[in-house]
Amino acid sequence: MIKIAVASGKGGTGKTLIATNIFNTLLLNNHRSMLVDCDAEAPNAAAFFNIIETGRTEVTQPVPVINTDLCTFCGKCREYCNYNAIFLLPPVKIINVIEDLCHGCGACSVACNYGAITEKPVLLGHVIQYRTKENHTIIEARTRIGVLSPVPLIKSAIKMAGNNGDIIILDAPPGTSCPFIQTVSAADYVVLVTEPTPFGLSDLKQSVETLKTMDKPFGIILNRSDIGDNKVQEYTLIEDIPLLLEIPFKKEIAVLYSRGKLVSEKDPVFEKQLLAVFETIFAQNGNSGYQW
Amino acid sequence: MEIAVISGKGGTGKSSLSAAFATTGEKVVLADCDVDAANLYLLFNPEHDDEEVYVSAHKATVDASKCTNCGKCIDYCRFDAISPGEKVIHISDISCEGCFLCSHICPVNAIDMIPNDKSRMYSGSFRNGKMVYGRLAPGEENSGKLVNMVREKAKNIAKENGIDNIILDGPPGIGCPAISTITGVDKVIIVTEPTISGLHDLQRATGIVTKSGRKPSIIINKWDLNPSLTEQIKKWCADNNFQVAGTLQFEPDMVESMVKGKSINEHKPDNNVNKEIKRIWNNILNNKL
Repeated sequence: MIKIAVASGKGGTGKTLIATNIFNTLLLNNHRSMLVDCDAEAPNAAAFFNIIETGRTEVTQPVPVINTDLCTFCGKCREYCNYNAIFLLPPVKIINVIEDLCHGCGACSVACNYGAITEKPVLLGHVIQYRTKENHTIIEARTRIGVLSPVPLIKSAIKMAGNNGDIIILDAPPGTSCPFIQTVSAADYVVLVTEPTPFGLSDLKQSVETLKTMDKPFGIILNRSDIGDNKVQEYTLIEDIPLLLEIPFKKEIAVLYSRGKLVSEKDPVFEKQLLAVFETIFAQNGNSGYQW
Repeated sequence: MEIAVISGKGGTGKSSLSAAFATTGEKVVLADCDVDAANLYLLFNPEHDDEEVYVSAHKATVDASKCTNCGKCIDYCRFDAISPGEKVIHISDISCEGCFLCSHICPVNAIDMIPNDKSRMYSGSFRNGKMVYGRLAPGEENSGKLVNMVREKAKNIAKENGIDNIILDGPPGIGCPAISTITGVDKVIIVTEPTISGLHDLQRATGIVTKSGRKPSIIINKWDLNPSLTEQIKKWCADNNFQVAGTLQFEPDMVESMVKGKSINEHKPDNNVNKEIKRIWNNILNNKL
């Protein structure tokens, strides 16, 4: 069993294109695979499959409720809150919780000496399970609109996926901050998708630095490889990073993707290439007991 | 006027459009609020006048000489960041949210909170005005707070230099840095593309904008990649009373200009896409959007 995250610093380089197509390719080749969409702010992977929803779990976070009859407006809870989520004006006896800023750490409850703080759950979003018509599972993390951090949803979705199947594909959120870290920390291998442009290269370098500090093995897929310049290829050579696959720009790929269609179903060469890439990753990083 | 450019879906063309807006007409303050993946400095090579340290958050670390391995902090931590170790507890950097609770409740004061101080904010001049941008160190959090700092700086610079317009190039997604980018601005532009993902993410992005009490204007980039989906997006906008500011065709010159370190307006001023971008920019400035 292996978990492979498909990620990229820059948005729109083709993460979901790769994640959905490799998932489909693995299924077509009778591998037990599962797809987890960890891009909880903008989850799109499920749209590429013929699916039905089979389950939906609420993810909540506790936020404090302050009983002003018991509160002495001493300010200790505000002192303990490191997220500025408690607004306090002692002279006029006003105390408010700014729920959007609260991380649900519970420090205010510990701080209060007067039993004035209880907690209520607030909805952050859902982890949704889907089943394809061939009976394969897709799990999606989806934030409620207006929620600041997708991290708790990502954690729940990955937890729900557990260790089921032989190959779990994690479609990661863009960037290199906490949502990205949360996703790739669960992976055994990371595929970074990029494009040969100055923006693509700059964000790639940022992702590479992060993965190196985390000690994660990774390789690069270069999408739209014939647009832009050849600085990404040069970079992979200098840094000795495996360039797993180059995908030239084809308008047909862009058009199929735009319609929510899988490229691998229409393009057997693409399917074979992807399969070969993931076979190699598996051979080098996966569980040796599994047969391809 | 503060104008925010966001998208929901990444890679729809936010930064390329922001760059074009920033080099069309009068001087501007250009603020790169995509602090996770700041890119505009690559086109504009600003001269830095100023560099400021940004403390994104704190991480708990254990002082092994004091820890008695009692496990109280494990019970209190809600982020599953602390686990029992052989001699002292173990704290996961990835899971720690920097809430300080463990450091408060530790009976022997064995937990120190270390600030993450590797992130930076830069400001300086570029060829058509001033620029501010944040660079979040890899793996760090609290990007919304850094966005607020970038915006504050941009406002001060605009005031000091008598510049009227501030362009905020936003991050992808609809989470904390995106919300920080649009809160309280005068105008929000959402850049989308005619893909199923583009439409879906547009719908979610309009959600955070309307929630903040603004009405976004929509730009459909690369519209000709899927004309029927472009129509669908236009219809959805009309049904929901959002104005489509303009549509831009797929243009290889956009990529070429980026490779050359220029905006499309600097690289190919007579390009049809650039003319449309200029029209949209003038409409924004003249309050027609």
